[in-house]
Amino acid sequence: MSQADMTMQGHSAGMMTDRPFAIPTKKLAMWLFIIADTMTFAACLVAYGFLRNATPDWPRPFHGIFNVAVMTFILLTSSLTMLLGVQTAKAGDKARAFRWTIITALAGIAFAVLHIREWLGLIGEGMTLFKNPWGTGLFGSAFFSITGLHITHVIAGVIALTVVGLRYKGGRYNADDIEIMGLYWHFVDLVWMFVVPLIYLLNLAH
Amino acid sequence: MATAEEHKNEGIGKYLAAYFCILALAGLQFVIAYQNITASQMFRRMLSVAIVEAGLAVMFFMHLWSEKRGFLLFVLVFTISVLLAMQYGWTDSFRLVHCGGYCS
Repeated sequence: MSQADMTMQGHSAGMMTDRPFAIPTKKLAMWLFIIADTMTFAACLVAYGFLRNATPDWPRPFHGIFNVAVMTFILLTSSLTMLLGVQTAKAGDKARAFRWTIITALAGIAFAVLHIREWLGLIGEGMTLFKNPWGTGLFGSAFFSITGLHITHVIAGVIALTVVGLRYKGGRYNADDIEIMGLYWHFVDLVWMFVVPLIYLLNLAH
Repeated sequence: MATAEEHKNEGIGKYLAAYFCILALAGLQFVIAYQNITASQMFRRMLSVAIVEAGLAVMFFMHLWSEKRGFLLFVLVFTISVLLAMQYGWTDSFRLVHCGGYCS
């Protein structure tokens, strides 16, 4: 092997093994995904804010907060159970880590069921993507697209949690994978912290 | 070296405190929703509370606080600058609602 080849090999080896910010590659990938997804949700919420601000007859269809309060409590608590899953996985307690991961997935399912129930209620009252009985039709498109994007993330998270949990239990994944899955789940929770006040609470009927 | 049990209990108190803070802040948003204030005041208050909630979640739940400072700065500076850049359209929405789009 020539000196030039050895130099090239050394360079590429250095480029492949250096970890930016000294965090594992998979974790960095998840953070980059989260940053990109933050922009997606932010763009949707800013567009919604623009429409709401510029539309005089913006509807206020929500009469109570019970359903959204329960959904918020479930999602916030699922972040705690996810944390417990990560902690126990790092401690090497496989059975408990798997249990907490599945509890988190079940909380996600409960959240999705309540959300779909709420959607069906609104659809039953005559709300569609393009019209509703209360005011501008833009409300339906904003509401369904933003909450729809969020619930898609929740459902994808439930599936991923189940798969990662099972593979972790089976020994194919390790505690780092549970931690990376946790990052995603906390992000889903974080988005909800903005969706609740902007989409629900600002549109309460007084 | 820390035992498995020590690992398990490590930081749980901190996470519980963060969880209850976030829960209380979420409750505060519901209280604000029933205050007799204008929509813009309500928006500002709720958004401020949401930002604090999100900050707690990112720093403690997502462990950003315990990552390298360079990474923390990368995530925060990049994300916040793009989020701020998205706010340029608000003046136009005020123009639309106040002048019906006809004033300059």
